[in-house]
Order: sequence, then C-alpha cells, then structure tokens
Amino acid sequence: MEVTVKLFATLRNGRFKTETRCYAPGTTVQQIAEDLKIPLAELSLTLLNGQAALPEQVLTEGDTLALFPPVGGG
Amino acid sequence: MSSIAGKILRVNLTDGSIKHEALSPGLAREFLGGRGLGGKMLSDEIRAGIDPLGKENKIFFVTGPLTGTSAPTGGRYMVVTKSPLNNAIASSNSGGFWGAELKFAGYDMLIVEGRAKEPVYIYIRDNQVEIRPAGKLWGMTTSQVTDALLTEAGDRKARVLNIGPAGENLSRIASVMNDRWRAAGRSGVGAVMGAKNLKAIVVRGSGKVEAAIQERFKEAVSSSLKKIKENGVTGQGLPAYGTAILVNIMNEHGIYPTNNFQLGVFPQAEETSGETLAEKYLKKKDPCFRCPIACGRYCSVDGEEGGGPEYETVWAYGADCGISDLKAIIRANNVCNEMGLDTISAGATIAAAMELYQRGRIRPEELDGAPELTWGNGEAIVEWTRKMGRAEGLGAKLALGSARLCEAYGMPELSMTVKKLELPAYDPRGVFGHGLQYATANRGGCHVRGYMISPEILGSPEKLDRFTLDGKAEWVKIFQDLTAVIDSLGICLFTSFALGAQDYTDLYNAATGENFSVDELLACGDRIFNNERLFNLAEGYTAKDDTLPKRLLEDPMPDGPSKGYVHPLDKMLPKYYEIRGWSADGVPTAPKRQALRL
Repeated sequence: MEVTVKLFATLRNGRFKTETRCYAPGTTVQQIAEDLKIPLAELSLTLLNGQAALPEQVLTEGDTLALFPPVGGG
Repeated sequence: MSSIAGKILRVNLTDGSIKHEALSPGLAREFLGGRGLGGKMLSDEIRAGIDPLGKENKIFFVTGPLTGTSAPTGGRYMVVTKSPLNNAIASSNSGGFWGAELKFAGYDMLIVEGRAKEPVYIYIRDNQVEIRPAGKLWGMTTSQVTDALLTEAGDRKARVLNIGPAGENLSRIASVMNDRWRAAGRSGVGAVMGAKNLKAIVVRGSGKVEAAIQERFKEAVSSSLKKIKENGVTGQGLPAYGTAILVNIMNEHGIYPTNNFQLGVFPQAEETSGETLAEKYLKKKDPCFRCPIACGRYCSVDGEEGGGPEYETVWAYGADCGISDLKAIIRANNVCNEMGLDTISAGATIAAAMELYQRGRIRPEELDGAPELTWGNGEAIVEWTRKMGRAEGLGAKLALGSARLCEAYGMPELSMTVKKLELPAYDPRGVFGHGLQYATANRGGCHVRGYMISPEILGSPEKLDRFTLDGKAEWVKIFQDLTAVIDSLGICLFTSFALGAQDYTDLYNAATGENFSVDELLACGDRIFNNERLFNLAEGYTAKDDTLPKRLLEDPMPDGPSKGYVHPLDKMLPKYYEIRGWSADGVPTAPKRQALRL
C-alpha cells in the first residue's frame, strides 16, 4: 500500500520532508518510525490523517502520517 | 539590592514631579510582582470609567522578583495600564534587556502619570531621573529613536524603550517597543504612552540583584537550567527553529486560521514555516537577557535585517492574509517593529480588511492607489502596515483595530476578536480548551494567558483530547493561574515547557526568602486573575463578553482535520464559572473574594 509520510523540524535531518512510500498492509505507526530510524524518544506528536495516533495504530492505503519531534512556542 | 528592590519610581508628566516611594511588602507578597502587582496597584489608583487616553490613566512598567536575577529568562517586565483598545486591564509582557536594567537602576517599577504638554522622554540612571524634551524625536521610527537616544546618552549600554509613530498617532493596536524589536505588543499600550506625550524611557543601572537565600537560589537556578536544556522543546525545537516551528503543526491539525478564519488549513504553510525561515532567512539567534532558550530570530531579506518574525506574526501576515511570500511577511514584521504596532493585531486587522474588500464593503477607490487588499498580496501587507503606523487615509481606520474597522463597515461579525482584541493563530473550533481560555482571558482574545495548546495539541505536560469537554474547565483555570504567577515573577512563559509549579516556587522562595508552598503560590495566581476580572467588571464588562466571534460558534470548520466542528463555548462556561468560584453571571462571589482577600 502507498502512504504519504511527512516529517517536520529536526526529524527532517538526514531524511526528507514528504514522501509517498510503500509498506505492507497492516504496517503500524511504530513500524514506520522504526523503518525511518526515528527513536521513539525523539517522536513527540504523531498525526494520522490529522488526528492524534497511537504507535500501534495500523495504516491503510492512501493515509497521511505526520511525525513531529517535541515542539512548542506561542 | 534584594530581588524585590522595595522601591517605586513615580513620574508625573503634568507637574514634572519625580518621586521615590517604598513598595508595600504586603502587596508584593500577595501579588508577587509584574502583572499581579501592577494590576493590583492600577486597580487601586485609577477610577473606573476614566478615558484610557486621558491624563487620569496611568502606565506601569513593572519587573518581577526574578527580573535581573540569574534565573533563566529573568529579564521580563510588564506594561500595565487601562487598555485604549477595549477599556479592560492591559498587561503586556516583554523580554529583551530593558526590564532587567530598570531593576539594576534600583526600581521594582516605574509609574508614569499625567500628560506632558510637549513630547518628552524619561532618562533614568540609578537615582538620577530627568524628564527631557523629545520634540525632535517625535515622528521617528523606533530604531531611529533608539539610535538617537543612545547617542545622546553617550552610553551604548543604556537600554531604550519607546513608541513609534503608531503610538504617537494613538493607534489602538500600538505596542511599546524595547531593545529595538522586543515588544509589549498587545492591548494598545503604546497609545497610552503617545497620549501622555511620552516618546521613550532610557534606563541605565549599576546595581546588582542578590537572592535572599543565595545557596538555595543557585541550586534552584541550576536545576531549572538543567531541565530547560534537557527538554526537547526548550533545548532543541525552539533554539533551532524559533516559535515559527508551530506553523506546520497547527496547519496539520487543521487549526491554522486562513483568510481571516474562513478556513483552517493553509496549503502553502510550508513556505512560511519555521523550517523554511531557518533554511533561507535566519541570520542568527537573538536571545533575551539570561535566556538559555534563544527562540528569538534575527533575519535578513535582500539586505534588510531585523528581529523576528515570531510564529504569531508569520501567521497573522501569512495564512490569515492568504500570503505565502515569507519575504513579504518578514518585511511587514520589520515595518511593525519600526512603527510600533502589535504584529498580531496589525496582521489580523489587515486580514479583516481583506475580507471586507472581498465582500465589497471596502471599495477600490478608498485605497488611494495603495496595493489592493486581496488575499495573497504581499505588497499590500507591507504598505498597509506602514499606512497604519502613519495613520494615512484608510490606514488610520485600520490602526484602530479590526473591531472598530468592521463595525464602521457594518459587518462587526468579520472581526475575529474577543473583547476587541484580535485572536491569535489557533482556530478554537479544533481546540476546545483553548477557545474557553480565549473567551475568559482578562485582556481579551489572547493565547498566552493559559496556553491550552500545550496539553491539547503539543502533549505537554500530558496529551488531552482536543475535542473533549471533560476536565477542560479545570485545566484552563490551573493554566491561567500558573501563567499569572509566571507573568508576575519576571521570567518567560516558555520556561513552562520544561518547568513545573514546584520549580517556580523554589525559585521564588530562594529569591525572596519567603516560604510559600506550591498551593500558596498558585493561590497568588488565582488572586491576580480575579483582581483583573474585578477591574473589568467595574469597567462594565459582563458574562456576555466572555464569548467568541460568531463564525467560530456557528459556522462549522469547512475543511481539514477539524472539519465539521464549531466551538461549544456555552457548554463549557458554566462549569468554568463554578470552578472559579464565580456566580452564574461570571462574578466572583463574596466568599471567593474573601478567600482571596480581594
């Protein structure tokens, strides 16, 4: 299946901004983070199609996954 | 000197008197400093109903007990006055170095009263205080004034606070600027200085601030610094990208107000993000006094340099005006700083003007040949900001803020304001607790009086469901009270990404020699918040004013991840009032006032 993965802030270093990537059906958020070699400790916010997602959540064809490190501001 | 210097400087511009007064230790204990102490003294010293631009209004420049100490970010001060934007209590916070310098000169606060006959500035060098003519400075932009006064002082280490042309022209959204591009931005505080014919305040101090219990203070500072450095937000995200790191996050959540809150997603957000800013235009970081975070930016565009822009500015001049040209946003930010305008209110007012233009209310012939007020027009935001600062043509109407502008054009519902203060960069239809905080913040539509974005979006200190109502009223109250404490101590709100109430209590106790518990310190926050509420009630505010723009209450979000939601404010306010100890009409009850000694 194809999913769009978006990375932000420091997670882009050595990786990419946005990519359409192929994964096996049943792939979870955590497996994608592992595939991208993003330690869970560096991952603060995970959005699946704009809604907060858990590490064990399974992706489906056409989903958009956005991954953020700890961020703040105001 | 002690962390609380115990001294007030009072300058009356009508009769030219300059007084040194003792600070009441009892008041300092109950209201801490900064926003709290200034708010209490303002409430006590001015009558309800006075003209905020009249000589009866007073303007307080107030440090906190941690200002000028070695506490991380200990350089903050507050400008407290009655707001000419909305008649509510105004307390605008700023960083830079000016606040710490006022403390070094020996003062907890400066109070300015009355009105000078001619333009003046105040010069402070420790005990030497003078009211000096400023006729030749009138009309100058903020950097011109700063350069002129530093030259006149013959001391490059002096610190300058001033207003730009916007404050002189009594723009209701004029800021007070210090150290060139640090702003006490909100509520139109710059117009109060303008109305007093007060162009600037130069300060230079030679004192040193010492904590009451020095070893304990060192330990508290060291522990706080460690937490700030090790925290992902304050140790990495903010230093690397500044506050504009939030652009993509809010956009991905569908709460990034676009085209004056007509939409919640801005397709070109990436082009204006903190990441893009860092990659293309960031020249250096620009930290405030004793700040280990250094979120401040210093950017360069085609040879033009200056401080900022912040997230809120990038949004107000960016998505809110449909603009993806980051160069234009940076230039508009620079014009705001030079004119002395609040970047949130100025950008959001131009966005409102663009919607009035879209709907045919503002007519092309009113533009006097200036760039068209169309979504996405980068030239328009730069030129219309300049015209606002100089009060030229239609720019004079914009300079009064979006509430007055939209009212004048018969469409008050297009003003995205609460209590006439322009809302910041988060659409509350997708963050329910944050919307409740907008509706109840004492100065009006403000994000930094209880930043519910932290738990509802960023997951700090824990992740809350942004669409649930459960527990939100309690969270808002605690965040508002803790923020009132931080705003009164003289340090930066951003420390709260890494520090908790116990850390602030440790710092405060060691600095002052007090022995407050966490609960006692938070009770001070509750007292400070309620004092502000009472000020506003005396000015005629009622529960009806605790609201949000109609669009956010009635029109479902049309697009993105927050699609279909409106803000459920009416379901949240009763619980909030109850938790606050207020009546169903939003009035602090007698037992509540008694408990807080108000």
